[in-house]
Amino acid sequence: MTPVHYVALSVLLFVIGTVGVLVRRNAIIVFMCIELMLNACNLAFVAFASMHGNLNGQVIAFFVMVVAAAEVVVGLAILMAIFRARKSASVDDANLLKY
Amino acid sequence: MNQHYYLAAGTNADVLARETIFWILAILSTGAALGMILVRRAVHCALMLAVVMLSLATFYAMQGAPFLAFVQIIVYTGAVLMLFLFVLMLIGVSSPDSIKDTFKGRVPGWVLVVATLGFAIILLLGIGHAAMGPAVPQSDALNGSGNLPGLAQLIFTTYVFPFEVTGALLITAAIGAMVLAHRERTTPRPTQRDLAARRIASGHVAPDPSPGVYALHDAVDRPALLPDGSTSPESVSTALAQRVVGNLDQPESPQFAMEEKEEVES
Repeated sequence: MTPVHYVALSVLLFVIGTVGVLVRRNAIIVFMCIELMLNACNLAFVAFASMHGNLNGQVIAFFVMVVAAAEVVVGLAILMAIFRARKSASVDDANLLKY
Repeated sequence: MNQHYYLAAGTNADVLARETIFWILAILSTGAALGMILVRRAVHCALMLAVVMLSLATFYAMQGAPFLAFVQIIVYTGAVLMLFLFVLMLIGVSSPDSIKDTFKGRVPGWVLVVATLGFAIILLLGIGHAAMGPAVPQSDALNGSGNLPGLAQLIFTTYVFPFEVTGALLITAAIGAMVLAHRERTTPRPTQRDLAARRIASGHVAPDPSPGVYALHDAVDRPALLPDGSTSPESVSTALAQRVVGNLDQPESPQFAMEEKEEVES
């Protein structure tokens, strides 16, 4: 159970999150998959921190959490605005900018 | 949680326990993450995400990051996930979206599988080039009571400027959310007089009839019986009537219908 295991797990979670972002249509689920990717990054940061024996990785993970919280707040507000205007939470329905 | 934290602070005696916890939680979190992209309903997806986040909190605790473990539980599982569920309840909780519909006539399944595996391999190769070593024997700064003072010292000395910027980011996010969620009123607000006039004009001055509550059913989704034995659809809230499809005019059994009639006649 070295840091390699943790990093491998974080890669796995990151890939699953990426697939979710690309595959799912419900915008809320897409957001949750983005959160999953951010969490996977945090796991890698913490694993590297424990590998090198200093706290810098943990501080970066802490900042990632803060940014993720801000991102969720703004993202969900945008989602609400889109849903109010278009009565749909599907990412395929928001296509006004599409050529 | 606490248990794992103490395990992390321990020495060689509990290596086996930590291995066991790691493998159980690794399989659990990977399964839950896979479930996130496979389940139909967004609510189930949120619950799966909660499982992943709690597993990650345990991993943090096991790796000598008790502060991050608790922040993970409080901020992510507590606040962020609740926000997700809150928005989920506001919009589209009843719009299942299946992964099969997504791919109907778009991308063949094998393309997805190959692309996923390729991405995973590229990531793993990139990390393979990084110098990976065993965990440094945990110093006082990394675990136990030294964790929090150590983090605080880093945040408020080396990383103090990013920390200040974080504050600006949070305020901007809060204001942005308020601006986005704010809705301008396009029509004047109806006054009490307007409401009264609307009510008289609708021809339905009295309040809606209350729902029928009978001996066999003590729920408000039962419509009230009218004097002629028919049911009154207005007596059931429209939100309930949408869920209980077909309940308005047909009681489940003829026997029940008779009992209802007798009750009315007596």
